[in-house]
Amino acid sequence: MNRFAQLFNALDATTKTSAKTAALAAYFQTAPKSDRVWTIALLSGRRPKRAASSTQLRDWAAEAAGLPLWMVEESYPIVGDLAETIALLLPAPQSRSNQSLTGWIETLIALTDQPPEAKRAGVLAAWDSLETTERFLFNKLITGGFRMGVSRGLMTRALAQATGVDESLLAHRLMGNWNPATTDFDDLIAETDLQGSTKPYPFALASGLEDKPETLGPRAEWLAEWKWDGIRGQIINRPGAFALWSRGEELITDRFPEFAPLARALPQGTVLDGEVLVWSNDAPLPFALLQKRITRKTVPKKLLAEAPARFLAYDLLEWQGRDLRAAPLADRRAALMQMLAQLPPGLPLAASAAVTAPDWTTLTKARHTAREKSAEGLMLKRLASPYHAGRKRGDWWKWKLDPYTVDAVMLYAQSGHGRRANLFTDFTFAVRDGDALVPFTKAYSGLTDAEFRQITDWVKKHTIERFGPVRRVPPELVFEIAFEGIAESPRHKSGIALRFPRMLRWRHDKPVEEIDTLDSLRALLP
Amino acid sequence: MTRDPVLRFTDQGIYCPAGDFYIDPWRPVARAAITHGHSDHARAGHGSYLATHAALPVMRHRLGQINAHGLAYGEVQRIGGANLSFHPAGHVPGSAQIRIEVGGEVWVVSGDYKLEEDGLSEPFSPIPCHAFITECTFGLPVFRWPAQAKTAAEIATWWARNAAEGRVSLLGAYGLGKAQRIMSMLAAQGLPGPLFTHGAAEATTRILRDQGYPLPPTTLVSRAPPPPDALVIAPPSALGSAWAAKLGPRSEAFASGWMALRGIRRRRNLGTGFIISDHADWDGLNSAIRATGAEKIFANHGYTAPFQRWLASQGYDAGIVATEWQGETAEPDKEITPE
Repeated sequence: MNRFAQLFNALDATTKTSAKTAALAAYFQTAPKSDRVWTIALLSGRRPKRAASSTQLRDWAAEAAGLPLWMVEESYPIVGDLAETIALLLPAPQSRSNQSLTGWIETLIALTDQPPEAKRAGVLAAWDSLETTERFLFNKLITGGFRMGVSRGLMTRALAQATGVDESLLAHRLMGNWNPATTDFDDLIAETDLQGSTKPYPFALASGLEDKPETLGPRAEWLAEWKWDGIRGQIINRPGAFALWSRGEELITDRFPEFAPLARALPQGTVLDGEVLVWSNDAPLPFALLQKRITRKTVPKKLLAEAPARFLAYDLLEWQGRDLRAAPLADRRAALMQMLAQLPPGLPLAASAAVTAPDWTTLTKARHTAREKSAEGLMLKRLASPYHAGRKRGDWWKWKLDPYTVDAVMLYAQSGHGRRANLFTDFTFAVRDGDALVPFTKAYSGLTDAEFRQITDWVKKHTIERFGPVRRVPPELVFEIAFEGIAESPRHKSGIALRFPRMLRWRHDKPVEEIDTLDSLRALLP
Repeated sequence: MTRDPVLRFTDQGIYCPAGDFYIDPWRPVARAAITHGHSDHARAGHGSYLATHAALPVMRHRLGQINAHGLAYGEVQRIGGANLSFHPAGHVPGSAQIRIEVGGEVWVVSGDYKLEEDGLSEPFSPIPCHAFITECTFGLPVFRWPAQAKTAAEIATWWARNAAEGRVSLLGAYGLGKAQRIMSMLAAQGLPGPLFTHGAAEATTRILRDQGYPLPPTTLVSRAPPPPDALVIAPPSALGSAWAAKLGPRSEAFASGWMALRGIRRRRNLGTGFIISDHADWDGLNSAIRATGAEKIFANHGYTAPFQRWLASQGYDAGIVATEWQGETAEPDKEITPE
């Protein structure tokens, strides 16, 4: 763990990308190979199965530190991270272990199926043989959320530097469901045989369009599509391997049984990029229904009938077992249409239709009808462009509609996590309903650090009531809340749920009397 | 028969009825006894000031013409029906706890304090008392300071690495106390390069040096541009500022107890933070309180609510005093620096 803690300290001690890349590259050349594999896994969002719950960790930490549990609970929001809180609370270790990262992960994996008493003993023994940073990292292995200030892209770049393998090839090789416990470092970065593999391609990502579309050049060089609010996914159909991957690299094949017939219908050696939507009568249904589908590992018949899924294909990435990504979009698109035309009818699969406005002016008008189409706006893709790995600015743009906005008043404030620890950043907002104030959403983002500091001071001075980390404050601060969509929700007191709510700005100028009403919000319901 | 308590908590500050004076008041009053020169404790506008001899020069520098009287540590002054004396708090040079005795009952106001000897401030001494009014800026068990020598070695390593890479080292530290403590602890290990100061740190450094505190030589940045092997000590608000940009290629770091928390360091977008505080950590607060033998404890500025609950669970008669003292703050726009 010592070598891994050194890496962590080196990454943590700098805000410079070049220094982080260098530290990681050095680690990928010198650390034990199994540790390298686990580090790649951790930095791409994988982690060992959870060995203990947060509640257990808190209890054991209180016990080991000789503190009442409430003191651990009080400290946590100040530190903003449970793994760090525990690492700081514990007394100094009695011994020092030199077990490797892999060794500790194996210890944790072995604890997973043990009874609570054995887990407790295992974790307490670990804490008593690690210093503060190592403890923090050990705790992070359990609680998850391992970022270390390193994005997946940066990790891939460092690995490319360390191994001399091309970065986009590596990005592809690191995709999919390889198991870090059984994967060899050299195999992981070596050329992969896609035969029989469900390995997806790295998703191409778009940047937000800030300028006018005219700046992109002739309209004829661009494909325009609706930007759907669903789950971006890849369908893989290779000999003996059929899979649906989400953009978050989750394997979600079993959650969408209606796509199973595609395994037979699609030609072998086909990979599609597209969007999973709940679809009925030629139009997508609200995202809330799709949400219900994602949360269910097995889908009841009733839900399947109520929320049928459809895959709208954007792109053809692999055809007849051949990687098409370097070919121009125009060619890939033509191949996609040709392939789809030969499929039997009745499948839950179609191309995402191109928006055919002939010039930018007409397209701009068409964009304004996006909401009627249940879309978030438009996607613009350069017809001559390859399918990039990740976000490469210039060829793919998302051109979203302006969000909805509403003026609302803050009712509750809660302190944030990580770099926002000790700062009130998570707020609950209300609109008026007659004389009452009805809470309708939470929001955490959109303000500057300086504004959050100012609000934090205000909250401290104006707290009316405390519920653990939550403070009730007088309804005085008004904010403009932006959001992308709105749907009915019987689970919420207000009867509505918002999509991507965030604070657009602090309305110092607006008195509470002038905030919006529940009726004005309901009027936005589709 | 009831009588006035030794100290009362008022909107102006902590008040001693028997002597008709206040301790570190935050509103203008006729008579003020001051624990130390930080601006949240020594404010302008009082009729008269009483402080340690050692605290007065900085206070005079910061507050201008004041009607001030100095006492030696341990010297007892009779004020009305109260006996007042100053005792070292170990917070910054010249800082004191204030002991007040009225009719045999002893109360102590801690001011800000720390237990670790820093080699510069007069070391903290526990004062037996009946009631102890204590700060608890870092009154949570997640705050435990590493030994000063360890932090000094970390700073020296960072400084030497920056020097080798041709970058000036810029360290953010409060101008009164922390800045000089860092100079002194680094000098104790041998300085790898010259020390430079921002104007705010230089003024207090000069005053303390003139008082006889052993401080290494420093050069004001505006006097000469610091070479790449220099360490520049500046108020935390100077980090990332236009003033800092003029130093050229540099590495920035912040020296504060708050640097013990990763989230706060990252929020300030600092790669490097050194854990060093002039306030007592969790263990320090607990042992200081135990050493007074007091049964009645009042917690002020800091994590007062959990700290009071903790003290109550340990069998103390514990209360909270609302004060306008701030202690060490994590945010750059609220820090306490001499003009």
